[in-house]
Amino acid sequence: MSDGIGARVARKEDKRFLTGKGKYTDDFRVENQAYAAFVRSPVAHAKITGIDASAALAMEGVIAVHTGPEMKDDGIGDIITGWAITSKDGNPMQCGVWNPMVTTYARYVGDAIAVVAAESQDIARRAAEMVELDYEELPATVFADKALADGAPQVHENVPGNLIFNWEIGDEAKTEAAMAGAAHVTTLDITNNRLSPNAMEPRSAVAIYDEAEDHYTLYTTSQNPHVARLVLSAFYQVAPEHKLRVIAPDVGGGFGSKIYIYPEEIACLWASMKTGRSVKWTSDRSEAFMTDAHGRDHVTTAKMGFDADGRIVGFHVDTIANIGAYVSLFATATPTYLYGTLWSGTYDIPAIYGTVRAVHTNTVPVDAYRGAGRPEATYMMERMMETAAREMGMDPAELRRKNFIKEFPYQTQVLLQYDSGDYFTLLDMAQKHAKVDEFPARKAEAAQRGKLRGIGYSTFVEACGLAPSAAAGSLGAGVGLWESAEVRVNPVGTVEILTGSHSHGQGHETTFAQLAADRFGLPIDNVAIVHGDTDKVQFGMGTYGSRSGPVGMSAIMKALDKVEEKAKKIAAHVLEASEDDIVIEGGEAKVAGTDKKMGWHEIGLAAYTAHNLPDGMEPGLKETSFFDPANFSFPSGALICEVEVDPDTGVTEVVQFTAVDDFGTIVNPMIVEGQVHGGVTQGIGQAMLEQVVYDEDGQLITGSYMDYCMPRAADVPAFTLDHGCTPSPLNPLGVKGCGEAGAIGAPPAVINAITDAIGTNDLQMPATPLAVWTALQGAKTPMAAE
Amino acid sequence: MYPTKYHKPGSVPDAVALLAGSEGAKVLSGGQTLLPTMKQHLAAPGDLVDVRGIAELNGISAGDGTVTIGAATRHMDVATSADVKAHIPALAALASGIGDPAVRAMGTLGGSIANNDPAADYPAAVLGLGAIVVTSKREIAAEDFFQGMFTTALEEDEIVTAVRFPVPKRAGYSKFRNPASLYAMAGVFVAETGGAVRVAVTGAGEDGVFRHDGMEAALSSDFSAGALDGVSISEDGMLSDIHGTAAYRANLVKVMAKRALANAG
Amino acid sequence: MTDVKMTVNGKTVSREVPDTTLLSEYLREHLRLTGTHVGCDTSQCGACVVHVDGRAVKSCTVLAASLDGADVTTIEGVAQGGELHPMQAAFNTHHGLQCGFCTPGMIMAGIDMVNRYQAEGRELTQSAIRHELEGNICRCTGYHNIVNAIEDAAGQMAGMSKAAE
Repeated sequence: MSDGIGARVARKEDKRFLTGKGKYTDDFRVENQAYAAFVRSPVAHAKITGIDASAALAMEGVIAVHTGPEMKDDGIGDIITGWAITSKDGNPMQCGVWNPMVTTYARYVGDAIAVVAAESQDIARRAAEMVELDYEELPATVFADKALADGAPQVHENVPGNLIFNWEIGDEAKTEAAMAGAAHVTTLDITNNRLSPNAMEPRSAVAIYDEAEDHYTLYTTSQNPHVARLVLSAFYQVAPEHKLRVIAPDVGGGFGSKIYIYPEEIACLWASMKTGRSVKWTSDRSEAFMTDAHGRDHVTTAKMGFDADGRIVGFHVDTIANIGAYVSLFATATPTYLYGTLWSGTYDIPAIYGTVRAVHTNTVPVDAYRGAGRPEATYMMERMMETAAREMGMDPAELRRKNFIKEFPYQTQVLLQYDSGDYFTLLDMAQKHAKVDEFPARKAEAAQRGKLRGIGYSTFVEACGLAPSAAAGSLGAGVGLWESAEVRVNPVGTVEILTGSHSHGQGHETTFAQLAADRFGLPIDNVAIVHGDTDKVQFGMGTYGSRSGPVGMSAIMKALDKVEEKAKKIAAHVLEASEDDIVIEGGEAKVAGTDKKMGWHEIGLAAYTAHNLPDGMEPGLKETSFFDPANFSFPSGALICEVEVDPDTGVTEVVQFTAVDDFGTIVNPMIVEGQVHGGVTQGIGQAMLEQVVYDEDGQLITGSYMDYCMPRAADVPAFTLDHGCTPSPLNPLGVKGCGEAGAIGAPPAVINAITDAIGTNDLQMPATPLAVWTALQGAKTPMAAE
Repeated sequence: MYPTKYHKPGSVPDAVALLAGSEGAKVLSGGQTLLPTMKQHLAAPGDLVDVRGIAELNGISAGDGTVTIGAATRHMDVATSADVKAHIPALAALASGIGDPAVRAMGTLGGSIANNDPAADYPAAVLGLGAIVVTSKREIAAEDFFQGMFTTALEEDEIVTAVRFPVPKRAGYSKFRNPASLYAMAGVFVAETGGAVRVAVTGAGEDGVFRHDGMEAALSSDFSAGALDGVSISEDGMLSDIHGTAAYRANLVKVMAKRALANAG
Repeated sequence: MTDVKMTVNGKTVSREVPDTTLLSEYLREHLRLTGTHVGCDTSQCGACVVHVDGRAVKSCTVLAASLDGADVTTIEGVAQGGELHPMQAAFNTHHGLQCGFCTPGMIMAGIDMVNRYQAEGRELTQSAIRHELEGNICRCTGYHNIVNAIEDAAGQMAGMSKAAE
């Protein structure tokens, strides 16, 4: 059917975005609102000894200036971490305390010290500059691999040596033995570069305090308004949950950066109570670079052992993960259970072991960013495989095929059990689309023009559709990761689906509606999706980790099942037939084999007029489901990147990019393709363009788009996409998550292609023109500004 | 932004009087560099003197072996001007590559050269063609006009009214862009004008745009890319940042010079 | 403070504004036309692009006070009557938007580039479109569908102007 599962339905939500009628947080204005700006630490590490706000307070239009100690005195709680990790020695992790605004020590450039409320944004920002800080600057630790060195400045007193945890996974003895017996060992030092997510909409918050009701409303750029409400209430003590409404309206992209509940939202809520005025804050881009959680930032040494035939016998990993100045919400899960559990990749590996040491540095806190741990794992795996193939003189596709997992479900050596997959078909399809057999001719033609062509592979599997709650809890998660849905059939037959998922670009208002349209044969315009408001929607966990398909849609399917069951009972009663003979399709309930039927809208009416319902049936037609997935879902893909490098300048052009992904069942191919386009582009950004750079004093060098290079249209080609399909057996639709796959799979394909083109493997991300040219000169890549 | 007072004079004398009358007054032309610095609180002029409406600062004319471009002429208009394309196509090409389309719709020649950003494009053309900068007070030769990074010969109450470009025998421009900002990391303007060869380099030098003696000498006898093979480009005085070391920029200067020659008619 | 009179989406608007008011702020806060968005502070992202006197400009980098007498069109003024402009319709058909934040700027830039290329008799190829989008950043779509949308709309707009001749 044209609006059902599998259809390329154009998006219903587009109209408001296309006509400038979207309602993003900064678009909201509350009468008499005040505006907030933050006083932030100008240095990476300091003891704040005095805050003089007198000049700021004397400015016309300034309402108040409030500080971190005042916030603490008012009982506002410290920012929590959501996932407890245990070190390999059995000790719990050590984290520094994160006061939402600094109480004594500022620990990164941008750390919030005070909040200014004023009559306009302009006045608030100028007033913030007038607040004078007295501080004692302290030495700073900036880089992950330096944080553990003897004598490195300590970021937190209670975290000796800056080591938060030393976590392990796998079988150490087995792996050591396997590596010792290997015919060939490939070793690679890998940097996974620090990134800034850069959703195009800067973060914003509007906090409204109703003194009469002692009630707060918060409009916020959030991927998970209910989680925000829970955390603000239970941990930050802003207000009890039933006195706090959180609304995440239209949100302009998240990519993980809008999962967390930041100091700014907390401060705005608290300031609205202190001042008696609604308080609005909107970040500008420079502020975003120093406050939005960063992503990635791993330094790794990995070793892979092969037998004489090229079969992997063992894999050993040692990673240092930079957490930043404070431990953000998912920051401990990202380099552990979302990373180490993917160290088998698409391969049958009999022995795996590794450790991850997480460290504090005086930098912006690092947390999940599109892929969260899986890009780091995939980059490492796929660079290893390509490198190993080159070292052993084997074709990189063939080396992969030799080692691909063949049978599912597959239990890895690192906790996860993959549900289904067929990596061989994906790789075959990708090679066909990329016309790999004709590559030598293209390479020769490019050489005639003085250019270097290269081709690179990446095959990935990832765990998404976060997550089975009990499993997550047993691994240290503080929350469950189920999802909720309420399906309401209205009296005259339109349907509303209230979902705990949140759409900030993913198209849920269309794809979720397709599920109901498909189930009952309704026009898609008759189905509305409600999300983003804690007053309207039951508790839900929000959108991240590619979970809205596998978990969010599954909750809807279960609720639809319940609605269907009751609808059939009503129809059977009204049509005087057996329930088993009722078929609902095309917007009608029919008795099979007869011409007896009733319209869908009549079922709704029957439920709500309740004049003729089966004995004992309650009126109404509305069902809820909370779906807890039994396992993660395991999408996979084969990606091939072809590049052309200009040796004179080091400029790399991506001439072709092919991605063949297996997302199981696809509800709306158009939407899924869009997710892959966007994810791959972010992956190309990581591989070639983007990097957050700090100098050795912890000053942010890349503080704006003048220095942080975002991928533009001219930086990427049109993409060639295709799909394999091994449905997930573990959710009703067989859906596997698709939102992060591109960002996970793409970076190694790009670097494998560039290193192939330039003939040297010594290249780290980002492969900027400078880096590529330098590699071509045979020198080591410079890492920081001179 | 810090508070400022906006003025829109109708004539050059009025504009000059406003500049002379206020300590912190600045000329507002396209605003594409001044307004961002004001937004970041890096500049806070108490008065803004908007010169875009002044008739004599607008327009392009050709004749007598020169092309004269009014200081308030936008990059987009230089890029599409029939006169510029006919007489100095390299200048039209340069203008068509400044920033991005929306920036080109507002940014002006006068604003660009008065600012003298070391990574701006126009200074390379002005110096490379040996143009004359016409101001409200005098005429200034290109080499006297550019005095170092963000520094020009302009006095506090002096505004650029036009730039008079001699029509070269042949000229070409090629630039390597900073991938993030799209400014020049090395932009080379090569021109043979009135029998002399000039090579002007922007984006690479710590002091802003400069002429390269070695390349000029080589091209004077042989106006071709091959002539540059033997020329060494020194790293000394080259800018170095996360996007390009001095060595990389020196390499880019030579590569762009060769491409500029290929673009020269 | 300066008195500014502009035409915005066909209507004459008169306001007295602080001299530091950017056009983006004027539109969003004074006129409550919040379709024009602010995504950066270095004039690069293009979410703020509107048309001033027929050209696409970055509204975050022009003062309202300097636009006395100007003719401004924002995303709210692009649809003709109740019908979407071909550029808007094409973005919907081709799924050229996800979160929608960069979209107004993309549409305004798209219409502008089609107009300019038509006026100059140049072909707006996919490569040209990608080049003309240098001043517009999208984080969601990977540009693939945006380029297709603009190419499609260009064809339709050419058809329309031929029909009008």
